[in-house]
Amino acid sequence: MSAAGAGRKAPQLRSLMPWLVLAFLVWLVGYPLLVVAAEAFGIGSPGGGGPTTEAFRSFFTRADEWNAMWRTLWISVLSTLAAAAIGVPLGFLFERNEIPGRRLLGALVALPVALPPLVGVIAFLFLYGESGLAARGLQSLGLDVSWRLTGAWAILLVHAYSMYVYFYLFTRAGLSGQDGAAIEAAQSLGASRSQILFRVTLPRLRPALAGATLLTFMTSLGSFSAPYIFGGGFRVMTTQIVASKLNGELRMAYVETTMLALLAFASLLLLRKIDPGLDLASGARGTPPARRRLRSQGARIASAAGGWVLAGVLLLPHATLILMSLVPPNTWTVEAFPPVLGLVNYGDLLSSTERLRPALNSIWMAAAATLAAVVVGVMAARLSLRRGGLPGRALEAMMTLPWAIPGTVFALALAAAMSVNAPWVGRFVLVGTLWILPLAYLVRSLPLTGRSIFAGLRQLDPRLEEAAASLGAGSLRTVLQIVLPLLRPAVIAGAGLAFITMLGDFVTSIVLYTYDTRPISIEIQSSLRIQETGIAAAYGVLLMVLSAVAFIAWDDRAGGRL
Amino acid sequence: MTASGVSVRFDDVFKAFDDTVVLAGVSLTVDPGEIFALLGPSGSGKTTMLRLLAGFEQLDRGRLLIADEAVEHLPPARRGVGMLFQSYALFPHLSVAENVAFGLKVRGGGQGETEARVAEMLELVRLSGFEQRRIAELSGGQQQRVALARALAPRPRVLLLDEPLSNLDPALREETRADLRRTVKQTGITTVLVTHEQEEAFELGERIGLLNEGGLEQVGGPAALYRDPASRFVATFVGRCSVLPGVVLERHDDSELTVRLESQPEAEPWRCRGSGELGVGDRVDVCARPEALELATDGGSGLVGRIEAERFTGSNSFYTVRLATRSDEAESRSPAGLAVEVAMPGTAAGRSGTCAVRQLAGEPPPSAFAAAGTESEP
Repeated sequence: MSAAGAGRKAPQLRSLMPWLVLAFLVWLVGYPLLVVAAEAFGIGSPGGGGPTTEAFRSFFTRADEWNAMWRTLWISVLSTLAAAAIGVPLGFLFERNEIPGRRLLGALVALPVALPPLVGVIAFLFLYGESGLAARGLQSLGLDVSWRLTGAWAILLVHAYSMYVYFYLFTRAGLSGQDGAAIEAAQSLGASRSQILFRVTLPRLRPALAGATLLTFMTSLGSFSAPYIFGGGFRVMTTQIVASKLNGELRMAYVETTMLALLAFASLLLLRKIDPGLDLASGARGTPPARRRLRSQGARIASAAGGWVLAGVLLLPHATLILMSLVPPNTWTVEAFPPVLGLVNYGDLLSSTERLRPALNSIWMAAAATLAAVVVGVMAARLSLRRGGLPGRALEAMMTLPWAIPGTVFALALAAAMSVNAPWVGRFVLVGTLWILPLAYLVRSLPLTGRSIFAGLRQLDPRLEEAAASLGAGSLRTVLQIVLPLLRPAVIAGAGLAFITMLGDFVTSIVLYTYDTRPISIEIQSSLRIQETGIAAAYGVLLMVLSAVAFIAWDDRAGGRL
Repeated sequence: MTASGVSVRFDDVFKAFDDTVVLAGVSLTVDPGEIFALLGPSGSGKTTMLRLLAGFEQLDRGRLLIADEAVEHLPPARRGVGMLFQSYALFPHLSVAENVAFGLKVRGGGQGETEARVAEMLELVRLSGFEQRRIAELSGGQQQRVALARALAPRPRVLLLDEPLSNLDPALREETRADLRRTVKQTGITTVLVTHEQEEAFELGERIGLLNEGGLEQVGGPAALYRDPASRFVATFVGRCSVLPGVVLERHDDSELTVRLESQPEAEPWRCRGSGELGVGDRVDVCARPEALELATDGGSGLVGRIEAERFTGSNSFYTVRLATRSDEAESRSPAGLAVEVAMPGTAAGRSGTCAVRQLAGEPPPSAFAAAGTESEP
């Protein structure tokens, strides 16, 4: 039979596919990390002599290096605590109480999650900076106040302000998944409200809180925009790495990169321990308890007012950003409030191709990286789940790895690995070309698309593929007509998140951009540097709008999964 | 539209997952046009047999033949096998008509031909007019019928049904069962069905293969399995029966024995069926169906016991009788004493107290098997 010959050949290629995809992922994700660690020891660097631990020795003996490491750690711990202190009560407030405007307010409060960190940071600068709106307002009231928003406290403030959303969202999700019957059971057994909170509700919230802690801590560990803009002389590891690279101390930068990667790994392993693993909230799924309705009219009005004030405070920086973008250049000097408002900056931005270039760059690079991440994600997920075993687990690990590693680390790793022409060891000169940024964006997109595609594919009934096969469909037809259409929500969810994140990327871009590929974030930074605050703000608003559009489209298509 | 059925043959099929043997050399022939039910507890290997036949699993040893042609090396798409999945596995993003048409379009059928076949299939399962419905808009029973139409549309040679009714409400099952049987019979296709429910196997299957631990215990019609079980496992898995220890007193012919019941040796011995391998003096387990026994108030030569519970089902009353144990031997084999279930016709409820259990003349006699522990365990 002729089919027998074809049938024998196909399985060979099929069994080779996982290894090919795995090899690509290892080259893209794992290999640069190894190169940067090797070069930190002076191995493999061009004309760098023999292996040496000299750079590591100076890392461990120089106080500023040690300080950066130590600061990164405690800033992350305090940021997590502060974010939890804001996010968890907010989550309880909106999930367990019926207050007027709850749905709209609840969504507004979650908005910062969709905004690029750099936008939040400059919005903060414009509002609370030393010559920001708040300072000017107070001074115009005759108060002789002046402050400098800089150093550790400034970073902490910005972190708490932007990262509470993780705790807020996780708390709400955790609470909405809890069974109200358990609370009623506790009540009928005579438990008081505080006993119920500490013995029933909070213990079952532990998986959600563990997840939020992990996310917040790791985000804070890799945070770059806030320490870069507000840190001043206060350096954390990410800013220290970039400073070393700019100073030409490459080997020291590689050592720092290696140390930060190790710190991230160690933190991940440690934080995994607090996660109970099994979802305690699951098991018997029930209806969440009814929201408490405030009895008196006064209390309802007070709670609504309080909620709106809170949302106002949380969203004030972004409003300030919009305001600043409307201030024409050189029109605001000593007044408390800008005297002239207009669309000059936007006109400026849209009329010149040179000004518009960064926006187009950001869009195409984010889109290309997202598309590639979806294709790689679908292939890896299918191969991993079908094949299982060692290659299956390795595929998933490679897809997830970039999530655990700060963006700065990957930027440096790619810069190190792809600046040497040595094709026989898988190294090509890509730094300085058009390709390096999209490639870096791809690496950072992989965990975002991968996570949702893996989850989507795990939920797909494997019998569907068998049904298609038994009806005579080949594997290509099965993928195109059955798997991909059904995976669409998962693909859109992952792609939307990846696109938004890459659109506003600052941390990888600042290490790897070229003039021709400069993205929005770099343009914002250089505008700020030459005091063109109006233009910087207009770019920030543009980024905000693009992200919001992508976020809304994504949230809509993904069926409001978040 | 009756298709002439083809035969299906498993020839010494062996299958293991890692170190667990799931099928230990199973041989079975399904006749052309027959509805064959594979019945067995979970883990007995019945679903594996179905998945091997569909091509979703590869066998380790043996052969698989459809219409006398070896198919074990063919991919699922080329076996000409239609399958109705337990979860139905309907494509949720396609309409009813698109689901049914899927297998036809794959084969490159023309537009008109495909539409005609889809209409024919939907009429067969009484879902004409549902063409444009979404899958999520259908009830469980309707989904099951769409899945059946989809499986039959490309004119497969063999139809496989994997627990076809287990996803339905119990109230709906009986009606759907008759429906399914009628539809399948109408097409005349050779059908292999997997189920763990005896009732389902009995009503749908013309013949039944009872699987246990990777081997076929017995193959036969429903009546043969019930009246003449080949092993103690068959007797206890199919229908209800009480197991009583006994010793063979006499052999009459190839299949008839007289057995003294050990719990009450002075009671009248029972007439039993048993294989020719059992000899006088052998210890046996007697498996008695409740309807083959009766309750007598006069005591006399029956087994003496106390009525412990009564279960009234409408057409029968089932009595659980705890037998008085009178021998040390029986005591050691069942320390809690023995319970026997007896069915009495009609609504004669309200019996209680001491009674006697006797064999009912005219019913097939109980079956005797070599006592557990005396035969070599598989």
